[in-house]
Amino acid sequence: MDTKVQSGNTLLEEICAMPGGEGIRLCIQCGTCTGSCPSADKWDFSVRQAIAMARAGNLEELLSSNSMWFCLSCYLCTVRCPRDVKPTEVMHAMECVAARHGLSTKRSSTPVMYKAFADCVKNNGRLHELGFMALFYQRKFFFLLRTNPLSALKMVTLVGMAPRGIGLFSHGRLGLRGAKIKGNKELKAIIKKAEELGGAL
Amino acid sequence: MKYYSYYPGCSNSDGGAKSYGSSTEAVAKALDVELHELEDWNCCGSTPFTGVNELGSLCVAARNLALAEKRGLDLVTPCSSCYIILARANLHMKESPKLGEKVNEALAAGGQKYNGTIKVRHILDVLANDVGYDAIKAKVKRDLAGLKVAPYYGCQVVRPGPGFDHPENPQSLERVIQSLGAEATPFPLRTRCCGGSLIVSEEDLALELIRKLLDNAASNGAECIVTVCPMCQTNLDVYQSRVNRKFKTKFNLPVLFFTQLMGVAFGTEDKALGLRSGIIPADRVLARYTRK
Repeated sequence: MDTKVQSGNTLLEEICAMPGGEGIRLCIQCGTCTGSCPSADKWDFSVRQAIAMARAGNLEELLSSNSMWFCLSCYLCTVRCPRDVKPTEVMHAMECVAARHGLSTKRSSTPVMYKAFADCVKNNGRLHELGFMALFYQRKFFFLLRTNPLSALKMVTLVGMAPRGIGLFSHGRLGLRGAKIKGNKELKAIIKKAEELGGAL
Repeated sequence: MKYYSYYPGCSNSDGGAKSYGSSTEAVAKALDVELHELEDWNCCGSTPFTGVNELGSLCVAARNLALAEKRGLDLVTPCSSCYIILARANLHMKESPKLGEKVNEALAAGGQKYNGTIKVRHILDVLANDVGYDAIKAKVKRDLAGLKVAPYYGCQVVRPGPGFDHPENPQSLERVIQSLGAEATPFPLRTRCCGGSLIVSEEDLALELIRKLLDNAASNGAECIVTVCPMCQTNLDVYQSRVNRKFKTKFNLPVLFFTQLMGVAFGTEDKALGLRSGIIPADRVLARYTRK
């Protein structure tokens, strides 16, 4: 029990140390965030609950849930919060802490998608949409094999995606080759250094 | 002539929204706005990076701000996501000098330094407020009278702010539409989310949000929708047929970038406007204005 509370508190400290994460201490639990959230019904724990759980030190359960990963970054909660908590930033802080500690959810492939996106940016300096989608679907396949094998099999057919891919291509919207920036080496060094420095503050 | 540094963003330069980039550039030229593309800019990291590595996401964005500082002009982007991500890095570095130092420590590893002097702007802000509605009106060659347009802002162009317009009840896009002679239809959900990048990972959730938006635009009499963001355009246009299949609806609403609509009114050449890039064809509603 003691160790769990302690690890919960450490994780809370980490969230508070992220830019925008410190707002979590100001929350009065009014629920305006959850009431404003367009995806609230999909969260295992709503925005308001997520903040309460984090403050109660119940972070492992929270960070292993699908909450946060359904945040659309629409900032509606942020502009309406009467305490200026900036829940959108708090959710991103929670995502980063979850990623850092290897806490993952089986109930959303958003973390897989985010990671694939970031890796594409790291590799080329720009996002090549087709390359990103290919990487994401490849990783999603393995994610589904672990979490929901039946839908992984369905995915192999890729039938659902074909019409949109063809549509985009025929309208000149699917670039086959991605651009690379000249300063790619420098950008990689910046990201590497940022990862070494870790955390935010 | 007005001068800006220009950050097109990945989608608008080489991705699925090339027509947004080219129409932005054409319209800016017509309005005596010089957009000087930032040399060797990198992806801003967008929302996904903020959920992977917090400090890394700020540094990826800040490299662009550092590059822009060499010229010192306001940095303009047509993409709402780039806009919010670049502005966010700016804000966090300003609010926390300690964090700013840390970002600069990482930037130094790539030979860059950012002093926090760049203002990030969205192209809608520049056209509405720096150029102004009267100047837009003065450039109109084909009045779009009778065209009913739903002004769709999406989220990140107006939130979290404080920005150039109201976070939930903005007006600048309506006024641009009216300056072109067209009618901006009521659109109560115009600052509600289209699902953003979650269309990739949580398609069912995003399709529901898209359906609500299309329904709201159509039931208020819109013939087409205009957007200010490549992600919004993709979700509403490319996924419209998927919404129709899933919800047994019959939406057939072309989704244009607001700069494309401006270009139609200005008589800009077709190649720059890229009107054919929309999956839902816009010819049907624009034919009466584009005929030579």
